[in-house]
Amino acid sequence: MSGIVDDVGQRADEAESRLRAHLVSDLDGGFAALVREHRGVVYSVARQFSRDRSDAEDLAADAFLRAYRALRGYDAGRLETLRLRPWLLAILRNTARNAARDRARRPAPPPAFETADEPAGGASVEQRAESADVQRELGALLAQLPEVQRTAVVLRHVVGLGTAEVAEVLGCPEGTAKSHVSRGLRRLRPLVENRPGLREEGRNR
Amino acid sequence: MTGTTIEQALAGLAGEAPDGLEDKVFTGWLSTPSRLGEVFVAFTTDGVQFVRSAESVGSDPDAFAQAYRDRFGRPLRPAGRGPAGLAPALTGRTGGPRLDLRGLSDFEHDVLDATRRIPSGQVRPYSWVAREAGRAKAVRAVGSVLARNPVPLLIPCHRVVRSDGALGEYMFGPEHKQALLREEDLDLDRLAGLTDRGVHYLGSDTTGVVCFPTCHHARRITDAHRRPFARVEKALAEGYRPCRDCRPAVPA
Repeated sequence: MSGIVDDVGQRADEAESRLRAHLVSDLDGGFAALVREHRGVVYSVARQFSRDRSDAEDLAADAFLRAYRALRGYDAGRLETLRLRPWLLAILRNTARNAARDRARRPAPPPAFETADEPAGGASVEQRAESADVQRELGALLAQLPEVQRTAVVLRHVVGLGTAEVAEVLGCPEGTAKSHVSRGLRRLRPLVENRPGLREEGRNR
Repeated sequence: MTGTTIEQALAGLAGEAPDGLEDKVFTGWLSTPSRLGEVFVAFTTDGVQFVRSAESVGSDPDAFAQAYRDRFGRPLRPAGRGPAGLAPALTGRTGGPRLDLRGLSDFEHDVLDATRRIPSGQVRPYSWVAREAGRAKAVRAVGSVLARNPVPLLIPCHRVVRSDGALGEYMFGPEHKQALLREEDLDLDRLAGLTDRGVHYLGSDTTGVVCFPTCHHARRITDAHRRPFARVEKALAEGYRPCRDCRPAVPA
């Protein structure tokens, strides 16, 4: 492992322990910092478990509120050892599963028309349109995976968690997490290869 | 080659969280003047959720925050500005901001809805609220719901009084209830005078309508035509029709 990676890891650890100390001293203030720090990751994962952006926002908000309620019951000792990001993402996963169970009980309204999320950076109109198509297609492909594989792939490749952290979120051994990721990717590959739009996107890069 | 494609495309699915996310997680709070003096107000994007007088929490924002969290289990953050309509509703008698009453039971909703309809300067008994809420026998339960009213002033629980005419309890103390009602130009002395004589309803023998004494229709009955009643059933038996505005009884 290179020194740079160690540095990055160490900085992230320091940020986490600062957050934990903040939560111990001032729960609401610390929680505001926690949300600021992890909102992007939580939302990006929530987005892959939701029909549209508004559902994703609701799901992410719901998960944060559940996390807050849990934190209220934790003493300082528990807070100081809590690994915040995987803990938050495990709550998000449970929240998403509960929401999916509720949705299955009552039929959903037809999906509203919506545009894809704006990609970062100044892309051309053509690039934007193409990237939007890719996002939509890939999202639809992901939705066809079994839940555990989809979660593993999203955590590993959409938000870039290491396999150890993916395993922590899924509550399984690292080897199992790794195999969920690779099995998910293996199932995605043929689907992706059948979509010319996605292949071209890859070649252009 | 294809593997790289998938992984790159997947990484492209990550996005920025929308600004609205934090508004959905955090409840805003502020302190503002009201007819009860300074009050602390908590509100979500759906509307006002919790109001307590500063006096009732020892003028301590932390005590207010603690009471809020214990009841709603949500994080608070200071807010610069309240929802539209908040200030006039807290300092005056009219209008009102949107309210966030999620998490209340159907009965609590019905009780608060009925209470909300009582006009400024008028009072109704707990038994009236119970009947309007669809559970005529649940008079004591109405008292419990109103004692926990999350948004006093905005839902005027100070306008609900005992059936015997006494003003009854108020979450911030009966003296505040009295002061609020006087401020709404309710003549408490006149009301007490009627109560002392066992009068709880007033009829007009020209219109044939029977009202609660504080109803604006009852206040317009001239002395010569005012008929006092202890019980509304007596008025109905004499052919009086219950007022459609104050609804002392359900119209036949």
